[in-house]
Amino acid sequence: MSFQRTQEKLKILADAAKYDVSCSSSGSKRSNTNKGLGDASGMGICHSYTEDGRCVSLLKILLTNHCIFDCAYCVTRKSNDIKRAAFKVQEVVDLTINFYRRNYIEGLFLSSGIFKSADFTMERLVAVAKKLRLEENFNGYIHLKSIPGASDELMREAGLYADRLSVNIEIPTEAGLKKLAPDKKREDFIKPMVKVKNEIIQYKAEKKILKSTPKFAPAGQSTQMIIGASGENDFQIMQTSNFFYKTYNLKRVYYSGYVPISYDNRLPQIGSAVPMLRENRLYQTDWLMRFYGFDVSEILNEQHQHLDLEVDPKLGWALRNLHEFPVDVNTADKRMLARIPGLGMKSVYKILNARRFRKLNWEHLKKIGVALNRAQYFMVCDSHQFEKRDLTSEKIKGLILQNSTSKYQKSLSNQLNLFG
Amino acid sequence: MKNKNLIYDGTFDGFLSAIFYVFEHKLKSASIQNEFVVQQGLFSEVERIITDEGKANRVWKGIKSKLSSRGSYQLYYAFLSEQSGVEALLLDYIRYALSKVTPVDKDYAHPSVLKIAQIAKSVGREKHRMEAFVRFRLTKDDIYFANIEPDFNVLPLIEKHFKRRYADQKWVIYDIRRGYGLYYDLETVEIVNMDFPANFDFTKTDDEFFSTQEFEFQKLWQDYFKATNIASRKNMKLHVRHVPKRYWKYLSEKQPN
Repeated sequence: MSFQRTQEKLKILADAAKYDVSCSSSGSKRSNTNKGLGDASGMGICHSYTEDGRCVSLLKILLTNHCIFDCAYCVTRKSNDIKRAAFKVQEVVDLTINFYRRNYIEGLFLSSGIFKSADFTMERLVAVAKKLRLEENFNGYIHLKSIPGASDELMREAGLYADRLSVNIEIPTEAGLKKLAPDKKREDFIKPMVKVKNEIIQYKAEKKILKSTPKFAPAGQSTQMIIGASGENDFQIMQTSNFFYKTYNLKRVYYSGYVPISYDNRLPQIGSAVPMLRENRLYQTDWLMRFYGFDVSEILNEQHQHLDLEVDPKLGWALRNLHEFPVDVNTADKRMLARIPGLGMKSVYKILNARRFRKLNWEHLKKIGVALNRAQYFMVCDSHQFEKRDLTSEKIKGLILQNSTSKYQKSLSNQLNLFG
Repeated sequence: MKNKNLIYDGTFDGFLSAIFYVFEHKLKSASIQNEFVVQQGLFSEVERIITDEGKANRVWKGIKSKLSSRGSYQLYYAFLSEQSGVEALLLDYIRYALSKVTPVDKDYAHPSVLKIAQIAKSVGREKHRMEAFVRFRLTKDDIYFANIEPDFNVLPLIEKHFKRRYADQKWVIYDIRRGYGLYYDLETVEIVNMDFPANFDFTKTDDEFFSTQEFEFQKLWQDYFKATNIASRKNMKLHVRHVPKRYWKYLSEKQPN
């Protein structure tokens, strides 16, 4: 490996891959065998964090940033005048192994621009994974990006060596995709997703009969959408997510606030702010769907098509449904506890456990770590001090906002920041 | 009755031997102190505890039978925090646990149960951070070497993780604050003490000790770290919360070029 040449390629191909949000390195069950290198059986580890606060757990690179497509939102698009590079299969293998040995990373996240054709590109991605597994006895995490339009046979092979497969649907609505990525068709994303889903189902069935069935994408598949590039609303975005979770058994949907990278007038112009707060609210909604027992329609529907930027979606739901409150923390079931604003699932479990020993009061709840600033208006406990004095939603919202400083205050305020 | 001041050797077995003594002599009032941090109480009688593995095992077995597995690991984690006063807290916790029929480790409204759970959580966080922030450097002897300086004594907790993960390379993880390390020789992990040359700089890599390609991979990692940042999303507050500054000096990506 020529150090200088690799160094240059790495700079280019890491820079181009950084807009992919996925950094998960957990959820696989691949443990170290035969005294090999690496273990992907535990929880994921973030080995570092970028200065923008995102986790670094995988070596996230493109195999190449040459691309035959011209998607407006993508830095790697054909018409963009940038330096191009391509890794050799062996270079990616060497980088992965040597970074892993030094405990820099949990594994590899390999994506690619499309050179020549989908299959030609996919074949090379698979070759990297195969080499890592078979020649290097590598048991770390491998996430391969499926190339839209790749053949079923290649997708099957990819799943045999990768822990996770993903294909980015990029734009939440079909109309938006048509506008910004005229070369791409939604069916091309869906096809590999269907293949992977079916292979996983088949693997699970075979595994029951034959223990030695080779693993297939044990950490499942995920996808990503760009937010704020094509004018869709939060309702449309979360409906799309919900559809993908339900129809293709996805493990994760990632949301990526659009970072302006081009002067194309179909897109927000360079210099406009990245919608980070909105991205955060979408993740919160996603969490409510997956872990808190909310149906997406309770939070976003025809009447409420936008998430409130001022308050988190759970608080927003509670304010619209005051008739469900107050909840008695000493008797309520798990489902209702999880719906109290300010209570995370960890606090919910702590309450369920602790209340078997004694009735809980405000003091106990505070010590357990409940965010009382929000929760106090929605619950009663073993105390005569009852905080919900028939306040209206507007009043409660006002009181909560008064007593909290959002970490996004700056992006909420219309005031010019003269000294920032 | 006078307070008894029990001095033990700083090991977990030593601590458990002290607990054994407390129960054997039915002491109502006792303080347990590590011999390296002894503070003499004016009115206490001092008793030196001899570490006895047999007694320690009996106590540990007894505790484990009363707590859930989570409770006993929290207790061990809290012990490794080496925080001043943790022994008193542990003694209180153990007394409470042994007085009850059912496990108490989830009784979060009890002060010492909550406190132990919180300390154990900080130790667990430090353990996890060490699993993340250890940076191995390849020495000329073909051993991957890392030095750490954790706030808590977490080496015993991370041994298994690294042994399983790096089964095919020799490695050392050295705690320079506590002056001992773990050495894996491709077969087993042993505790080692090392003398470092006077000119050895723990924050830097020197070609006197480290292999030539070591520098190249560090450089590549630094470049990668830089390239993967999105400047328009910069958020240093979040960055520092995830990677507290006290860890920076041994992180290769944080070294000046």
